[in-house]
Amino acid sequence: MESMSSLSTDMELKTEPFVLNMGPQHPSTHGVFRMRVLLDGEVVVDLEPIFGYLHRGIEKLAETRTYTQVIPLTDRLLYLSSMACNHAYVRSVEKLAGIHVPERGEYIRVIMDELMRISSHLMAVGFFLNDLGCSVYTPLLYMYREREKILDMFEMVCGQRLTYNYMRVGGVSGDVPEEFMPVLKRFVAEMPHFIAEYEQLLAENEILLARTKGVGVLPRELAINASASGPVLRASGVKWDIRKADPYSVYDRFDFEVPIGQVGDNYDRYRVRIMEMHQSLRILEQAMRQFPAGEACAKLPQLLRPAVGEAYGRVETPQGEMGFYVVSDNSIAPYRMHIRPPALLNLTALKDMVVGWKVADVIATFGSIDIAMGEVDR
Amino acid sequence: MTKALIGQEVAKQIGERVPQSVVEVSQSWILVRPEAVLQVAQFLKNTPGLDFDYLTCLTGADYLDYLEVVYILTSMKHNHSIVLKARCTREKPEVPSVVEVWRGADYQEREAYDLLGIRFVGHPNLKRLFLWEGFQGHPLRRDYL
Repeated sequence: MESMSSLSTDMELKTEPFVLNMGPQHPSTHGVFRMRVLLDGEVVVDLEPIFGYLHRGIEKLAETRTYTQVIPLTDRLLYLSSMACNHAYVRSVEKLAGIHVPERGEYIRVIMDELMRISSHLMAVGFFLNDLGCSVYTPLLYMYREREKILDMFEMVCGQRLTYNYMRVGGVSGDVPEEFMPVLKRFVAEMPHFIAEYEQLLAENEILLARTKGVGVLPRELAINASASGPVLRASGVKWDIRKADPYSVYDRFDFEVPIGQVGDNYDRYRVRIMEMHQSLRILEQAMRQFPAGEACAKLPQLLRPAVGEAYGRVETPQGEMGFYVVSDNSIAPYRMHIRPPALLNLTALKDMVVGWKVADVIATFGSIDIAMGEVDR
Repeated sequence: MTKALIGQEVAKQIGERVPQSVVEVSQSWILVRPEAVLQVAQFLKNTPGLDFDYLTCLTGADYLDYLEVVYILTSMKHNHSIVLKARCTREKPEVPSVVEVWRGADYQEREAYDLLGIRFVGHPNLKRLFLWEGFQGHPLRRDYL
């Protein structure tokens, strides 16, 4: 018996922390993103994100391009919501130069933004479920089906399916073609049925609930203090949406709700995105009804030379608040352009969200934030 | 609509609590001495009526004679905003870090350090955000070609 007891103390598990390198090339990191994770067994003790693998110096490039030539660069930020990036940029330049956009142009922008939001949220939710291992790829492929219809509509208006380069300072590059509105109408009518289908498949899903409820909690105070925005901020119970708090374009003319979460866990972030899709459809319905006739773009000189000054314009992209701080020295190129990156700032509190959880929860929590490395690294 | 607070009015309040901190003021922004940034930030965040609880954006710009740090602040409680600025010289590009006031400043200050070479004194982990350690120079400076 004595030898047995001494043997058991000898075999008592002694653990020591070790560093696990996740990424930069790994499917779950949604691009080239790297995390150095300090683990004790399977439990996360510390986490350090490492950025820069996709840094292209977009802010520096913008200084050598004219105001219009910068628009295609903004497509390469949040590449799953390029329309919203276009919008954030042109809005800042319009604010800087005091340009008025025709009503029809504003409505087209709102329609594109909301379609983009649905498409981006579909991808966010789809990849998130993929990360959770909910029957690999099935939910994602369901969502690709609907996203395809949105991409077809984008192709109709600008000929592109990923990098649209559709918005211009003063409006959009061209009016929507005749066949666009009937397609949009059909999409808006069909879509609630498809969202209901996802809900049916997912809302009570065992894996989803077990992996998301109570996991990766971002408390309300920390969310505000760490400059979180978009669905990440709203899931933590903060009713803050730029479309409501600081209405731009024609958003003040629509009736819609700002869905919020209760505790700020992975499940809330997922739920907020699903509910936002319903609200986007509401906005689209109203925009179609109110859609005015007229010009889609203001008449402007080919080369803009805004007066000396600076402006910060922001919009609510699917990932959060994207803003452009643009400084003009009265030349044809921006003197300085800074992009306020929603996804990078949403990652600020990632460490606090995952410490104490298992290594597999890092992937789930990281997936629930919904980032695009193009914008994180710029 | 987010209300843009009038610079002169807020500057007057700052001047009462943090004397001689304001250098210049306009309708839309307040320029403060770099040494006073942290105190002013604490004042703006913790004063009832101002309550700037949200750091929307922190960035910098190089104007060749000086480097400028820009803080765009928002109060979610009152839905108003203000722009705070601080200038430092190129010889001594130092500004106190505001990470202890707003955690959201963490990566933004690291980015400004990386690309503009502004040192944020008191930052808990001030190293390059995008470029690698050992990279020469700061690309967003106007004289970096």
